[in-house]
Amino acid sequence: MEALIFEKSTTGHREAKLPAAGVAEKPLSELLPAGMIRKEAPALPEVTELDVMRHFNRLSQLNYSIDTNFYPLGSCTMKYNPKVNELAARLDGFSGLHPYQPAETTQGALKLLHDLEKMLANLTGMERVTLQPAAGAHGEFTGILMIRAYHEARGQQRTKVLVPDSAHGTNPATAALAGYEVVSIASNDRGLVDVDDLRAHLGPDVAALMMTNPNTLGLFEEDILEIAELVHETGALLYYDGANLNAIMGAVRPGDMGFDVMHLNLHKTMSTPHGGGGPGAGPVAVSKRLVPYLPTPTVEFAEGQYFLSFDRPESIGRVRAFFGNFGVLVRAYTYMVTMGRDGLTQASRDAVLNANYIKAKLEDLFEVPHDQPCMHEFVLSGDRQKAKGANTMAMAKRLIDYGFHPPTVYFPLIVHESMMIEPTETESKATLDKFIAAMRAIANEVETELEVVTGAPHTSPIGKVDEVTAARKPNLCWSC
Amino acid sequence: MSFSYLPHTEAERAEMLEAIGVASMDDLYQGVPERLRDFSLEAIPTAKSELEVTRLLTDLAGENRSANQFASFLGAGAQRRFSPSAVDWILHRSEFLTAYTPYQPEVSQGTLQVIYEFQTMIAQLTGMDLANASMYDGSTATPEAAFMAMRVTKRNKVVVASSVHPEYREVLSSYAVGPGLQVVQAPLSGGFIDRDRLRALMTDEVAGLIVQVPSFFGGVEEGRELAEIAHAAGALFIVIADPTTLGVLEAPGAYGADIVIGEAQAFGNPVSFGGPYVGYMACRDKLSRQLPGRIVGATVDSRGQRCFTLTLQTREQHIRREKATSNICSNQALNALAATVYMEVMGKEGIFELGNVSIQRAHALAAAICEVPGFSLALPGPFFNEFVVRSPLPVPELLGKLREEGILGGIALSGWYPELSDCYLVSVNELNTPADLDRYVATLKALTASAAVGAR
Repeated sequence: MEALIFEKSTTGHREAKLPAAGVAEKPLSELLPAGMIRKEAPALPEVTELDVMRHFNRLSQLNYSIDTNFYPLGSCTMKYNPKVNELAARLDGFSGLHPYQPAETTQGALKLLHDLEKMLANLTGMERVTLQPAAGAHGEFTGILMIRAYHEARGQQRTKVLVPDSAHGTNPATAALAGYEVVSIASNDRGLVDVDDLRAHLGPDVAALMMTNPNTLGLFEEDILEIAELVHETGALLYYDGANLNAIMGAVRPGDMGFDVMHLNLHKTMSTPHGGGGPGAGPVAVSKRLVPYLPTPTVEFAEGQYFLSFDRPESIGRVRAFFGNFGVLVRAYTYMVTMGRDGLTQASRDAVLNANYIKAKLEDLFEVPHDQPCMHEFVLSGDRQKAKGANTMAMAKRLIDYGFHPPTVYFPLIVHESMMIEPTETESKATLDKFIAAMRAIANEVETELEVVTGAPHTSPIGKVDEVTAARKPNLCWSC
Repeated sequence: MSFSYLPHTEAERAEMLEAIGVASMDDLYQGVPERLRDFSLEAIPTAKSELEVTRLLTDLAGENRSANQFASFLGAGAQRRFSPSAVDWILHRSEFLTAYTPYQPEVSQGTLQVIYEFQTMIAQLTGMDLANASMYDGSTATPEAAFMAMRVTKRNKVVVASSVHPEYREVLSSYAVGPGLQVVQAPLSGGFIDRDRLRALMTDEVAGLIVQVPSFFGGVEEGRELAEIAHAAGALFIVIADPTTLGVLEAPGAYGADIVIGEAQAFGNPVSFGGPYVGYMACRDKLSRQLPGRIVGATVDSRGQRCFTLTLQTREQHIRREKATSNICSNQALNALAATVYMEVMGKEGIFELGNVSIQRAHALAAAICEVPGFSLALPGPFFNEFVVRSPLPVPELLGKLREEGILGGIALSGWYPELSDCYLVSVNELNTPADLDRYVATLKALTASAAVGAR
């Protein structure tokens, strides 16, 4: 383990130095109100550059990453992050642009945003796209605000948003944040939205149904056209959670399925790095009827010039300062032009192929709650192993010993002891085979050496974490 | 077919299909209705080699002129700043760059400890008890802080100073319609909050008072007085603070802030046309369970070692669903990493110098500009490293001419503040050398002389 940087601090040690002001300096007391001058210096560390480099390099070695390990994480799409994307985002012509520079000096950046919007609209079958939201959940919120604006423009006060019981937790949280009552819709025994239950909940008080397709069980909602018709008949709109878009690029488009609004998780589908939790980017695509409500500004092109337009009288307003996570958008654009239309289509096909391959190789040892083909991910249940004494969490931790990141566990909530596996298209057959072998070995260990599994992980730099103490007596800050 | 980043050969694909027990890929997409399969992706070009892509992107970038090609005096919430070489070097480490959210602490101690150090230093700078693992940016942190105040006080109105960044106020208004938050603007007098009118607005319905220190105009308000006004009404005092000033400026915690938020982009992150940036949020201990977003805590493992883990997760969307404190799922971990490396490299002394160099140079430039005939400072009172200049020439014309001389002279204010249509905002920091300051003033003199404009 690595000491905290504060524990390495020595009074007087110094790394960065700034040049002197080089102007006639005045005492701070002449420049600021007396009460507003800092009396006690903030306790930042005093260390050398070498201390800092060793500190962070050692810390980095305590992390898993895609560049070092396979992440079979359901709903998270941890695909390879191409290095040319990084290079592109760091070009001075992009990274050095100030957001308030005049448009004459930022034509290349505005063109990139304009073209990225066109590509994403085409890929999703939607009319227009805002690139402003900073993350998927931020995009969801933007989308729901547009739905609210749409209904209000029609003089309708709709109060409920329907969410399938398998939905990502952000969906209900977003709907609640936007002021809606959240109503859960049941799944049927095939793992799909129960159309009868949906029908029973639809009515003039429903603003929208939020769903994803394929859903969080990795299954394609075959009744989507009927669902869309039912929802639209009542005047409600259909929201698409783009977390699972990686399964369907070039195969089917949310707009064609009848969705009115959707967010994309560019950090998932378009291969931008997760960075240990962000930054993401969550553009929102809309059908024609929601275009008036898009956030300001939009990027437009006329008379040979790209420009920002603020002329949107029915807009929901801004959802973020400036234009969004531009650096992430550059990476996504780079990926899309590298892959091209056929490459994106093939990426989805390979993602689906890989998921079905792993599933086929594991279904004799683990419970598979739904037997139709899966899309880019699938859910296993650890019920059989739990009955023998090793729950899903234990098996997930044991995977660490085999060199793999654990899958998404205990989600979706509607499957007992769930393990949600999403290999993505960038993993080779050799890697998939190693993962399959590890899963099979663990299933075998549950039968023969249970303690090896229940005591896992054995090889990680830390042992089992005391989460309870962490939550009951929070220590969130060093010597604060 | 072969594409970059797709490893399978056709033979492997065939072998895998056989293992699955289907004849073709189409069998796996059998659930997709037939009539939805007919469309073309004509707006997306065909695949390109890395060499072609590099050229394409380099050309696109070349159609821009970055702020680095000018003497830039643009600020207003996006700051071009010096970043020590160590920062970008560390950011390139794949183990940080390509890591997932640290839900599995056994394989994420690196990211978790970085966030804990980030939280600690943000708490130190702001003078608060704790901070979260970062927000999307400063603008979105604003409504999140307002919502926090709503939850704590069970009131549904916030008062926000008109000297808060206009885009932050726009974001606050967009968000507010959701939970039915009423947003009231506190008027200004000479660029500073009008105390008497503020007191009148601070009724017992107000959940929070939101101010920015230094303000959007760079002005430094007496924070203690504002805190007293907020607290007298039973409201929380929410301060938006630029962390680059906090080596010099008093910590908001020391003058009574309950929640401190802001934008930490300037700590090691490029301006990058507005994002990705890294918002921060810090608060008092008693508010910890109302804080949105992720939080990392220190604890121990089964071997007795100190370790770190995401904690207080029962506030979050993946557990509480519609009852969560916010819907935030991503934070800005990589940008927070940049800020963490930056703060550690700069250290206690560096953070003071950063503020001091900026304020000294800004005041030197402001004084010199005021000596140019016709130019003056528009707003009285103390300022930090940004200030508002009143121009004798029409502002768009003046800024256009400065640009022709290689100077991004400032940001026009007319769009946000019509009453300041003859004014613009100037930002100065350690990247603006004394020679740049001289050139700025000399250019103003030359321009006004040629325009034959006298003092007014």
